[in-house]
Amino acid sequence: MHIPDGYLSPQTYVPLYAVWVSFFGVALKKIKNELAAKHVPYLAMAAAFSFLIMMFNIPVPGGTTGHAVGAGIVALLLGPWTAVVAISVVLVIQALVFGDGGITSLGANCFNMAIVIPFVSYWTFRAVKGKDAGTRHIFAASFLAGYLGLSVAALITAVEFGIQPLIAHGADGRPLYAPYPLSVTVPAMAVTHLLAFSIFEGLVTALLFTYFVRHENIPLYAMKRGGL
Amino acid sequence: MSSFNKKLWVGILVLAVLAPIGLVLPRSFQSGDAWGEWGTETLGKLLGYVPEGFKRTADLWKAPVRDYNLGSESASLPAQSGYYILSAFIGIVLAAGIMYVLSRMLLKRK
Repeated sequence: MHIPDGYLSPQTYVPLYAVWVSFFGVALKKIKNELAAKHVPYLAMAAAFSFLIMMFNIPVPGGTTGHAVGAGIVALLLGPWTAVVAISVVLVIQALVFGDGGITSLGANCFNMAIVIPFVSYWTFRAVKGKDAGTRHIFAASFLAGYLGLSVAALITAVEFGIQPLIAHGADGRPLYAPYPLSVTVPAMAVTHLLAFSIFEGLVTALLFTYFVRHENIPLYAMKRGGL
Repeated sequence: MSSFNKKLWVGILVLAVLAPIGLVLPRSFQSGDAWGEWGTETLGKLLGYVPEGFKRTADLWKAPVRDYNLGSESASLPAQSGYYILSAFIGIVLAAGIMYVLSRMLLKRK
């Protein structure tokens, strides 16, 4: 899901950069209000965890691979705004140091993975959990949170790829950037994510979240009353 | 450090050491790149041409550690697995370090 350089037209990546920078600015303000010194190690660990979980590439039939992002679990444990910052930091490191994802497409990648996943996951959990839910109910809600978060992000990525031939083509009619139309990109991204990678993201989210709910007596963001 | 924090850091270190699973498993199934993440050469083969705009922007940035591999592309799989673990540790230090500094800065400005 890390779009490399060359796949997106400036008409796509410039606005997405603007969206990402605005969200990042708001996120820093929101975090600052609630931040305490004891939270600092968890923010650091959240980013490290997301970096690592993305290294676990999973092969699927059809000769392609994918991975979980860990943005869902970070959003449930520490809140979606913290996840925006933590996952963005990870994506910047991946692009600059490891060439995973492009520089021009960094804003788009951060929008897809550091904004869409945290908020879809968090809202899904809050909508499904209900009041005073038992462990099983929490497991199901957090699985669905991770599953939907990554799936929606994959579909948005597919749309970003698929609209490129409509936006930019040369004098000969050939596309200038990502070449495949929506009818190719959407099924390609949807099938692999809905049937494989999103299930993995859901399991990572649910297993870790229920572990924290059961065994650790610490406040978890998504279990707070009220919330966003 | 509290025992709870220690436990979490141990979990993170275990993940780092296990990371080569994410390198070896796709290799053993001969999986190619993730969908839509092909380089210039592969895309050229898939399409029969390389889109003009793509050609101009694809190699804009030369990352110091391409593909989480500190050695050459032809390094053996065990060597690449070692580099993969090293990359995991570089990632942990950078990600945790930047988040630490950033949140400390936010706390100071409160």
